[in-house]
Amino acid sequence: MPSYVILEKCDGCKGQDKTACQHICPNDLMVLNKATMKAYNRDPAMCWECMCCVKLCPQQAMAIRGYADFVPMGASVTPLRGTEDIMWTVKFRNKSLKRFRFPTRTTPEGSAVPDGGFKTSPEAENLKSPLLFTEPESLRVAALPTLKK
Amino acid sequence: MAAFETVEVTTDLLIIGGGMAACGAAVEAAYWAKKHNLKVALVDKAAMDRSGAVAMGLSALNQYLGMKAKGRKPEDYVHYVRNDLMGITRDDLVYDIARHVDGSVHLFEKWGLPIWKDKDGNYVFEGPWQLMINGESYKIVISEAAKNAIAQLGDNGKIYERIFITEPLMDGDRIAGAVGFSVREEKFYVFKAKAVVVAMGGAVHVFRPRSVGEGLGRSWYPPFNTGSSAYFTMKAGAEMTCQEVRFIPVRFKDAYGPVGAWFLLFKSRATTALGGDYMVERRPELQNWAPYGLVKPVPANLRNYLMMLDQKEGKGPTYMRTEEAIGNIVSSVPDEKERKKRLKEVESEAWEDFLDMTISQALLWAGSDIAPEQRASEMQACEPYFIGSHSGASGAWISGPEDLQTEKSKKEYFWGYNGMSTVKGLFCAGDASGASSHKFSDGSHAEGRIRAKSALAYIVDNPTQPKVEAAAVEALKKQILKPLDIFAQFKGQTDNPDVNENYIRPKQFMFRLQKLMDEYAGGASTMFTTNKPSLETAIELLKLLKEDSEKLAAENLHELMRCWENIHRMWQAESHVRTMLFREETRWPGYYFRADTPKMNNDKWKVFVNCKWDPKTNKWDVFKRDIIQIVE
Ligand SMILES: Cc1cc2nc3c(=O)[nH]c(=O)nc-3n(C[C@H](O)[C@H](O)[C@H](O)COP(=O)(O)OP(=O)(O)OC[C@H]3O[C@@H](n4cnc5c(N)ncnc54)[C@H](O)[C@@H]3O)c2cc1C
Ligand code: SF4
Ligand code: SF4
Repeated sequence: MPSYVILEKCDGCKGQDKTACQHICPNDLMVLNKATMKAYNRDPAMCWECMCCVKLCPQQAMAIRGYADFVPMGASVTPLRGTEDIMWTVKFRNKSLKRFRFPTRTTPEGSAVPDGGFKTSPEAENLKSPLLFTEPESLRVAALPTLKK
Repeated sequence: MAAFETVEVTTDLLIIGGGMAACGAAVEAAYWAKKHNLKVALVDKAAMDRSGAVAMGLSALNQYLGMKAKGRKPEDYVHYVRNDLMGITRDDLVYDIARHVDGSVHLFEKWGLPIWKDKDGNYVFEGPWQLMINGESYKIVISEAAKNAIAQLGDNGKIYERIFITEPLMDGDRIAGAVGFSVREEKFYVFKAKAVVVAMGGAVHVFRPRSVGEGLGRSWYPPFNTGSSAYFTMKAGAEMTCQEVRFIPVRFKDAYGPVGAWFLLFKSRATTALGGDYMVERRPELQNWAPYGLVKPVPANLRNYLMMLDQKEGKGPTYMRTEEAIGNIVSSVPDEKERKKRLKEVESEAWEDFLDMTISQALLWAGSDIAPEQRASEMQACEPYFIGSHSGASGAWISGPEDLQTEKSKKEYFWGYNGMSTVKGLFCAGDASGASSHKFSDGSHAEGRIRAKSALAYIVDNPTQPKVEAAAVEALKKQILKPLDIFAQFKGQTDNPDVNENYIRPKQFMFRLQKLMDEYAGGASTMFTTNKPSLETAIELLKLLKEDSEKLAAENLHELMRCWENIHRMWQAESHVRTMLFREETRWPGYYFRADTPKMNNDKWKVFVNCKWDPKTNKWDVFKRDIIQIVE
């Protein structure tokens, strides 16, 4: 199900130096046509359908359509991603609908603290020690296991 | 030569890749680099928020020991992995990752990843080692912590996105950095470093996928990981291990949706079209693969194999019996109201499993009007992939940690720095390191952390900046940009830019590689079967392909990346074929079958097969290495 751009809705991310879809596609597929100011997928057959582009497009101008070589026509899957959850609308070929909402994170965006609040133990301070900088506290056991010989 | 500006970056530690392992490396490196006033640079071909195999999200953390909650020991995990890999594994590496992985999981939770909990606040296990998560934003959360960590270094830390790393830079037998190019602007990048952590993931599209039309990109493994880890380490002259141990997942047919939750959480069965349960009916076959075949869980490749035996006999298709599984779950709830509620829950869990990590499977079900509680769905083996972090094992041969070695293993498995390859200063993590399977997403993160600390110890011990000759860099630049020059020179000669006797474009080059691998090296079209003459033919065809790689042509930066991705795949392919040719037995029959040596031979072949390409002589060496048992 390669991604595609709904031309009417795409505003080329208002001509910024990079568009959201181009920024995020892990496979470098999305391109902005500078003449029309509309984005396009340059190689639909290399699309993984990860929907990273669809989730990020500020205009909701992107969607996916089932791979023509094996997916029967008429269905759609549409995400609406917020700051703490995602809503999915699944439309079946027979027109029935299902909706799902799932949490995506439990903390405010941007707030991840690298050490997670775990302290560095004095033994870890040696660069040659196998303890990592949050250990053993982050392991929730008293000491890092090793093999007794 | 195309006129590209050269941008030079000098750092202490260079992390290549931005996936799970690289994000772990970044978090750990930032702490130690700050303490020792060292520089860290990370470079990714895509945007870290959504790069690598976790781009779409995941629905489970596949490795959790629960050392506190379950009282389990790293030894227990070693037993599981050793058996699943039919005895071929490095105890020290598997143990090491297992003893650290809980720490990564607890950090993920603090950072904001929603991990399922039961009424009492305990994690919900999907299977013995797997935790359920709401993982749509998994990669975003993990990369956020990595970015925040690098930001703490101020001017000493920097992240470079959209730069495709092409080649290693060497100073004799020591790594000196890496070169690559931006896929956004005409810039050639030279990263000079004292140590390098390689974490560019595994490889796909080395073999022909089952879908070759628009669905070409719907491989189970993401099309954007193209063998760069293996290429980079091999070109640096590093020894590789288990290059024959590919992974073939069995998944829902065509869209390759996950089956783990169905088997483990919902306790589903798989049967053939004729109704037989191959795991029951073909149980005697497992005797032939003893002792591994007789242990529970049955190794993944043997489960595949039993299914394939049914299919070879014409008993396919194979079905995941979703209707039966849901029926069992629901009928176990006596109260009618509760039963309805449970059905809704299971339905939502089943759809989330797809929507979090294989959205196309949800679309295929919707397009086919499938209601899983009413109808079973087809399953199929995908095509072969290289993913040393999952159930495959390919990757670099690396030193283990000192404190886990026995006297005997220390001579073979330890050379100074945990996680260092046989090339000085070159460390490998995640899919880049071999013989340490089943680390998955969170174990790869933990491994990245281990490697970063150890790489910084190496830098403190070896503080001089390796020397890089300007002429060598210039030669690499010329070679890397050559496909652009070839296209520019010849494109005007024919009516159709795709058809020109002077060059080959990367897509057709990829198809040529895939066709030969599929037909001679045990791809899906041969039911993963090969033999000596076929593998020798593959070597011959690869030699011609390698010669023609000099004629790859690129119209633009994107295509230049495609050219190099396919060269990386080609090297992954060659090491794979050479290693399969060397191992004269069949050990992982559901991953590949050597029809001329159809049996497992523990006397001769319970060994690692390692290989090494020599940069000086341009020759391959393939040889055995002993397996030393460390954990009882
Ligand atoms: C479909 C699927 C389902 C999975 N399900 C689960 C699961 O449920 N639970 C679980 O725990 N694990 C799961 N895994 C496994 C998990 O995703 C991997 O084990 C993990 O991502 C490996 O980490 P890595 O860092 O080695 O590679 P990745 O995370 O894939 O990262 C590779 C990185 O390298 C970069 N890169 C590649 N080439 C270059 C280059 N030439 N130059 C610069 N950068 C480059 C990529 O952009 C990316 O940032 C799954 C994997 C797949 C494919
Ligand atoms: S992100 Fe959306 S609006 Fe922006 S260029 Fe892409 S398709 Fe158009
Ligand atoms: S669905 Fe994924 S692979 Fe396809 S264009 Fe969008 S971001 Fe790229």
